[in-house]
Amino acid sequence: MNDVIIFAVISLSLVGVAAAVILYFVAQKFKVIEDPKIDEVEEALPAANCGGCGFPGCRGFAEALVKSANENNSIEGFNCPVGGNDTMAATAGILGLIAEEKEPQIAVIRCSGSRENAPKKINYDGPATCAFAHNLSSGESGCPYGCLGCGDCVIACAFDAIYMDEVTGLPVVKDNCVACGACVVACPRDIIELRNKGKKDRRIFVSCINEEKGGPAKKNCAVACIGCSKCFKVCPFEAITMSNNRAYIDYEKCKLCRKCVVECPTHAIHELNFPPRKEKKVVAEKPVEKAVEKPAEQSEPKAEKE
Amino acid sequence: MSILKTFKIGGVHPPENKFSAGEAIKVLELPKQVIIPIAQSLGAPSKAIVAKGDEVKVGQLIAKGEAFISSNIHSSVSGKVLKLDDVMDQSGYRRPCIVINVESDEWEESIDRSEDLKAEITASKEEIIKKVQEMGVVGLGGATFPSHVKLMVPAGKKAEVLVLNGVECEPYLTADHRLMLEKADEMLVGIQILMKGLEVDRAVIGIENNKADAIAHLTQKVINYPGIEVVALKVQYPQGGEKQLIDAALGRQVPSGKLPIEVGAVVNNVGTAFAVYEAVQKNKPLIDRVVTITGKNLSATGNYIVRIGTSVNELIEKAGGLPENTGKVVSGGPMMGKALNKTDVPVVKGTSGVLVFEEDEAKRVEPSNCIRCAKCITVCPMGLEPVLIAQYAESELYENVEAEKAMDCIECGSCQYTCPAARPLLDYIRLGKFRVGQLIRNRSKK
Repeated sequence: MNDVIIFAVISLSLVGVAAAVILYFVAQKFKVIEDPKIDEVEEALPAANCGGCGFPGCRGFAEALVKSANENNSIEGFNCPVGGNDTMAATAGILGLIAEEKEPQIAVIRCSGSRENAPKKINYDGPATCAFAHNLSSGESGCPYGCLGCGDCVIACAFDAIYMDEVTGLPVVKDNCVACGACVVACPRDIIELRNKGKKDRRIFVSCINEEKGGPAKKNCAVACIGCSKCFKVCPFEAITMSNNRAYIDYEKCKLCRKCVVECPTHAIHELNFPPRKEKKVVAEKPVEKAVEKPAEQSEPKAEKE
Repeated sequence: MSILKTFKIGGVHPPENKFSAGEAIKVLELPKQVIIPIAQSLGAPSKAIVAKGDEVKVGQLIAKGEAFISSNIHSSVSGKVLKLDDVMDQSGYRRPCIVINVESDEWEESIDRSEDLKAEITASKEEIIKKVQEMGVVGLGGATFPSHVKLMVPAGKKAEVLVLNGVECEPYLTADHRLMLEKADEMLVGIQILMKGLEVDRAVIGIENNKADAIAHLTQKVINYPGIEVVALKVQYPQGGEKQLIDAALGRQVPSGKLPIEVGAVVNNVGTAFAVYEAVQKNKPLIDRVVTITGKNLSATGNYIVRIGTSVNELIEKAGGLPENTGKVVSGGPMMGKALNKTDVPVVKGTSGVLVFEEDEAKRVEPSNCIRCAKCITVCPMGLEPVLIAQYAESELYENVEAEKAMDCIECGSCQYTCPAARPLLDYIRLGKFRVGQLIRNRSKK
């Protein structure tokens, strides 16, 4: 009886040792040499795996970073929008480089065609996703550029940073947006744009991408950009460009002076997170009356917005 | 009686509802204004050659198709060009259009407006192709493919037989049916012209069995036209699809991703044959077409010859106005047509009918979960698996959508029609096809 046990133990041990030796040599032969820095960099990344950097997940980004650092000795052009500058600085530290500072960005919804501003004219009863609605119809308000309101962007967001406003029927971006760009891709009408967060989270943008002429645009939506160029003329920093009957504000050039916001006859230009404009009343006098009137109207929908 | 032919796989048979089948074709009065979109055929948009304020006559060229696959557009009325502007067309989007205010009914002198039949074909093959291109003739079945391109058989291929599509498998529509009854001789001469253009000596007219009068009428007529025969087909949707019709009438199967010329066939609509007759024999450009206006609650359904660019509104007015409980107005047939955003849009070369549905008919059923019954696979005339393609498209796996041959889908809607769970299968497939198209374009760019 004992013999059987001893024999079994010894033979199994021998098999184990032999296997270990074989495995050792096989492992040596087929060894994959991987830069240990990849693991370190991956540790430093936020592990959101959102793809906002343009690479498949954080591991892919880490590999690309290390490769670029080894080959070009720089990590220029790489950015993790989720982690922001802190994360990039940390990864750069691991790689012994210096990361360039990048303005943090946030998604903005460039449409104000709420149920009130752009009333429903057409009844769309197809499947409730924007991708379908865009293929099948020009939108319930009749605006072929406006938000379809089916919430593809909300589904695309992995950070729960965007939600549909029940009252306006438009998506709203929350402050925890990391600018990964998933919603930008999901929107079939290219309404969402990534813009610099701006100082103290203050930003100004044209909340309309309608390329129709003024008349038809205004017919469908009360707050459409009608391409009147008033903002373009008033802007002292040449930040506004006019093309295809619509204005666009370059966020790099914009100094947040808010002159265009006052000038816009359709309130298509939005300002976010600015203090109330009352202080200005004391400084200037003539343009103020106009200026006060408009923001008073305008601040309401904005309060809803963010 | 022998068994009627039809295509071999799939197909559905929706209620036919051909209310207007007994209504003779009437000419719709001249509208006050026409809006003529300058992109009315498949391929590149045409280029407008008139300016604001120009006086135009009926049949005058107003937009020129410059690319190989594009078509000429002619003025359908005489009057003054009001403007060239983006106007909302049937798609619901603004497209460049030429707006003409109608002043009189003055035609170009070159157009022969007499009703007499001109049966003798004097034009040569080259002249026929040139004339068809010049007169802006496009396929009137709905896809509006420029007809001259179809007449030019690619090198190395040979056309053996011309198939005429008189199937009109879409429920409700009766435009082709009436045309076959009333303009049979003109149409048959048109077919002979097409045969000459293609250098074939055989033509087959496929007609579904629910148009027994048209089959009888044409069978009698073709005795005088050698080479043309009439085939009665079993009623089955989508028999009017090019590949289905070739299968049904000739028993040949077009391979996946290939054109009908691969099996020696060229398909044209009977309406196109009539337009070709008018273009070549009468020198008349494609400026009007037969449009069916129908619906359960309309007071007067009918078939009208409508000038291109006339507002759909005028047709509806002619039919007694929109009934109270209208839910949807559809341009085209009920299976493949498109619901209109508003009725103030122009009739174009591809408009075969205008259907008015009441609210109950127009409602979409709330979709529920797939019950794995495989009915969609049974009815798919292209032998695809709609449920699978739709699922891949839903999960954004567009490579798989492509691998499942979604690009072969003819968007007939049989799958969605038959689905007991009312799944939006075709909508997903269309989305998938759109994305696959993008993938293919990106690939070819690289």
